[in-house]
Amino acid sequence: MRLFAALVLLLAMVNAQAVDLEGDQLARYHELNAELRCLICQNRSIAESDAPLAKDLRTIVEKQIAQGRSDAEIKQYLVDRYGKWVLYDPPLDSATLILWIGPFVLLAIGLLVVVLMMRRRREAPPERPSLDRDRLTRVLDEQTQPTDSASSKERS
Amino acid sequence: MMRWRLIVPVLVVFVLIVLLGYGLTRRPDILPSAFIDKPAPAFDLPTLASDRERISAADLKGSVTLVNVWASWCVACRAEHELITAVSRRTGVPVVGLNYKDTEEDALRWLGRYGNPFAVVAFDPSGAVGIDWGVSAVPETFVIDAEGIIRYKVVGPITREEMNATLIPKLEQLKGADS
Repeated sequence: MRLFAALVLLLAMVNAQAVDLEGDQLARYHELNAELRCLICQNRSIAESDAPLAKDLRTIVEKQIAQGRSDAEIKQYLVDRYGKWVLYDPPLDSATLILWIGPFVLLAIGLLVVVLMMRRRREAPPERPSLDRDRLTRVLDEQTQPTDSASSKERS
Repeated sequence: MMRWRLIVPVLVVFVLIVLLGYGLTRRPDILPSAFIDKPAPAFDLPTLASDRERISAADLKGSVTLVNVWASWCVACRAEHELITAVSRRTGVPVVGLNYKDTEEDALRWLGRYGNPFAVVAFDPSGAVGIDWGVSAVPETFVIDAEGIIRYKVVGPITREEMNATLIPKLEQLKGADS
């Protein structure tokens, strides 16, 4: 995670535009940019993107941080305009519920299946096929000396 | 028991197919708008090619309006230009243009060359109003009812099919509700 943050910071610096923030505010600026999705390039954050819109959004983030707005307020400002889609870290609500609990539900189902299978195996040890010597001889006899009646029985 | 062994995998595969099919047929480049059924965001901009000095969100109230975000550098806007004109002519709904990140000179030249379908054009060279309206790329078209509420939005150039199947019926319906 720290490595990722460092990479993001490095990237942000590479395509840096002049930002009038310092210290804590600058760190927040880079962090926020990495968490906001570029609307046009879709799979990049606004920190990574060179699209004009991403640049505009970075400027908005910068201005609002300078005005002393909180991270939550800035995110809300963008969500109001572009929808939750703009957030890379979707908030937990009714629309994203499946997204958040889905993996755990699947995990629970998987565990349940495993437990059931293990219990069944323990309760019913695999049956050893019992050897019915009479039947065995009968079948072998039929195989070695096929009669008309036997073959017609097989077919039916 | 044997039956379950057969049914479960088939069921799982079926569910997977449905989910993958859903994923394939969705258009990820068309984002749901955050503005449907919300009031048109406030703005106050100078105009282009109009007697009016300025236009604001308040001017959108009173009748059903189409707001079309466009720019002279936008190729897709050129493509939908004819259809925007047709929608306005067929429904009688005025189109307010929002000229986005453009220069006055280029915008006026574009209107002069291809014809001006707009009742009035708001001029937003910085794109600041575009951001307030949640515009991600031009063109975008908003349907606004008489109360100034956004009722529908088309992202990207409108097509003839979409115009006939959705846009015009939507406008007629809103006009009907208005009168």
